Amino acid sequence: MHWRLNRDRLTAILVILPSVIAILVFVYGFIGWTGWASTLNWNDMMPIPKGAILPKADFIQLDNYIRLFTVDQRFQIDLRNTIVFTVFFIGSCLFLGLGLAVLLDQKIRNEGFFRSIYLFPMAVSFIVTGVVWRWLLNPGSADSPVGVNQLLVNLGLPFLQSKWYTNPQALFILPDSPVGQFLHQVGLSAVTTPNFGISVAMLSVVLAAVWQMSGYTMALYLAGLRGVPDELREAARVDGANEVQIYQQVIMPLLRPITLSAVIILGHISLKIFDLISAMTGPGPAFATDVPAYYMFDTVFRGNHFARGAAIAIILLVSVAVLVVPYLVNAIRTEVHR
Amino acid sequence: MKKNLLVLTGLLIVLTMILSACAAPAAPEEPAAPAPEEPAAPAMKTPVEVFSWWTTGGEANGLQKLIDQFNAAHPDAEVINAAVAGGAGSNAKAVLKTRMLGGDPPDSFQVHMGHELVDTWVKTDYMEPLDDVYSTYGFNDAFAPGVLAIVSYEGKPYSVPVNIHRANVLWFNKAVFEANGLTAEDVSTFEGFKAAAEKLNAAGITPLALGDNGPWAATHLFETVLAGTLGAEKYIGLWDCTTDWNGPEVKQALENFKMMLGYINEDHTALSWDQANQQVIDGKAAMTIMGDWANGDYIAKNFEGYGWASPPGNTGIFDALSDSFGLPKNSKNPALMKEFLGVLGSKQGQEDFNILKGSICARTDCDYSKFNAYLQGSAEAWKTDTIVPSLAHGAAASEGWLTSINDLMPTFVTGGDVAAAQAALVQAAADSGACK
Repeated sequence: MHWRLNRDRLTAILVILPSVIAILVFVYGFIGWTGWASTLNWNDMMPIPKGAILPKADFIQLDNYIRLFTVDQRFQIDLRNTIVFTVFFIGSCLFLGLGLAVLLDQKIRNEGFFRSIYLFPMAVSFIVTGVVWRWLLNPGSADSPVGVNQLLVNLGLPFLQSKWYTNPQALFILPDSPVGQFLHQVGLSAVTTPNFGISVAMLSVVLAAVWQMSGYTMALYLAGLRGVPDELREAARVDGANEVQIYQQVIMPLLRPITLSAVIILGHISLKIFDLISAMTGPGPAFATDVPAYYMFDTVFRGNHFARGAAIAIILLVSVAVLVVPYLVNAIRTEVHR
Repeated sequence: MKKNLLVLTGLLIVLTMILSACAAPAAPEEPAAPAPEEPAAPAMKTPVEVFSWWTTGGEANGLQKLIDQFNAAHPDAEVINAAVAGGAGSNAKAVLKTRMLGGDPPDSFQVHMGHELVDTWVKTDYMEPLDDVYSTYGFNDAFAPGVLAIVSYEGKPYSVPVNIHRANVLWFNKAVFEANGLTAEDVSTFEGFKAAAEKLNAAGITPLALGDNGPWAATHLFETVLAGTLGAEKYIGLWDCTTDWNGPEVKQALENFKMMLGYINEDHTALSWDQANQQVIDGKAAMTIMGDWANGDYIAKNFEGYGWASPPGNTGIFDALSDSFGLPKNSKNPALMKEFLGVLGSKQGQEDFNILKGSICARTDCDYSKFNAYLQGSAEAWKTDTIVPSLAHGAAASEGWLTSINDLMPTFVTGGDVAAAQAALVQAAADSGACK
């Protein structure tokens, strides 16, 4: 195709140019800056010369990254926590969101009322959620429980009390259990340490996050369910499918794109989560609720380890990109096909 | 249609230009914005921005008193109190660093005297020396020589300290102590502490309240244990590594720390220091080890049944920290700011401020007759005890070193692995670059 600069094209280019420049500078420029900073030995406060954008620090290649993955205990715990949080957060949100959406789709009375109730937590910021759940899940002590624990005692269910986010333990596969022994034999004995366990305290944070985001997932699914034409259900019924089969064979496959979108949206929230952790628990006992984004803040602004923080930022960027880029590529490809 | 689009584009470009042209001069005009609200005041007051993390209670009131003093003497200037909330300045310091690195420093900011000031800001060439302020206002004679040494770098002072806090105080609930037949002397050694804690445990009372929701509170407890185990001289030696971090004394300190952690409240990670203090007030816990800002907390909560003692091994040691204010390079009103620093260091200013803040003066000539009993005692101890710098509050070590030690606290408090903790301490000391 011959490309000519006519008036129409010129106008189009001029119109998008300001935002393209802004994005180049403020998004990609700063990503580049962070990447560059992460290769410097800028792990203390240093003067930035006038006119320069980085201090004169030694270039140390990937040492900051190597340090994070080899000697830095806290970062490795953070990675474990992020995986635990992501899996439980996305899983619970999808399960609850779909469940609520299916229930609301049964043409019940006052649907709008319930829809709003389930959706409202999303309108609250993670900071508010964090503070409130911090109070609710404060365990108090055995003699004088507070918050949810007190409620459980008053309901006559004291055995359900928990240490919530103050629990330093991790659930992991015991080395002398049958599964642990099998793992040991196949050379995976590292998996039978707390480093590969599920931090119990993190599940309290998951509880708060799910409270906030499951309503949003419900809204996504509800929109998807409304998009399923009644004709398809009717046709399935005519073919002799019962209600369960209709959901299994007809509706669920049609909701797959919704599930994918929900996983992408929830996934990028959970990988980058900072505000909820910061307001609710901080790093927690033995870093049980610490996440990379929180560590990044700590190490940069409290410890002056700017380059190490930049390295964490780049690792977070890559991990989100791994999740989002295939989705974008797929989305663009299907659009072109249309 | 095309024409319309062109016109629209043209308008957009013009608008962008106007906006970008506006951006530069807009900033200096901003401070003048409050003027219409108070038409009686002179049109242009020169703003002087003071940055701190004092937002609540006595400390905020104390700072306001100093600001009022300055404003009264300078009708043409106005101090803007740019405070960012958050315990021990955790959030304020983050905001400050972005502003300093971005070349937009406040006229003055709160900084802990010692390594936090010197390592983070002075060595890196972000601060103006204050020798002229010190000579103009006679601060060289007014402050104790020890204080002068801590705020100075290569012979020049770089900040004006407004107060002295003591970090190593053991606070206890008098009624609980009496009911269990305990006195302040009983807990002055680690053995004594252990015996007392066992007694309290048997009586169903939490012996020691800790609120390490922010890990610094655990570091704070640890530094008192370090000082109490090693003694003042060897404790000071830790910070230039003349005391061996890998030695048996540090190991003993970790053992003592572990012993004390065996007697803390279960929900310690859910609490902040003042919530832990509340347990002492409520009589649920017997003791807590916290700086003397806890005294202000008792006063604010109208609780009188508290007593204080030296933490185990800390008799005769004054673990000090100080809030001070410095002058960054490239600040907008250095001349006015220097006058404000003069107010901060004045006798009147320090007396007014410290009564409200609940700390003692950095000056040696304050009149303590108006201060409460605890502060009078603290002022006496300041003269007679051996002064050591606080770790958790920026005096003893650089921020990077402190963060590394803070980072090993949550693991040690829950796990109690002495060997691993000592190895991490050795590593942190080596990384800090303070040991040559």
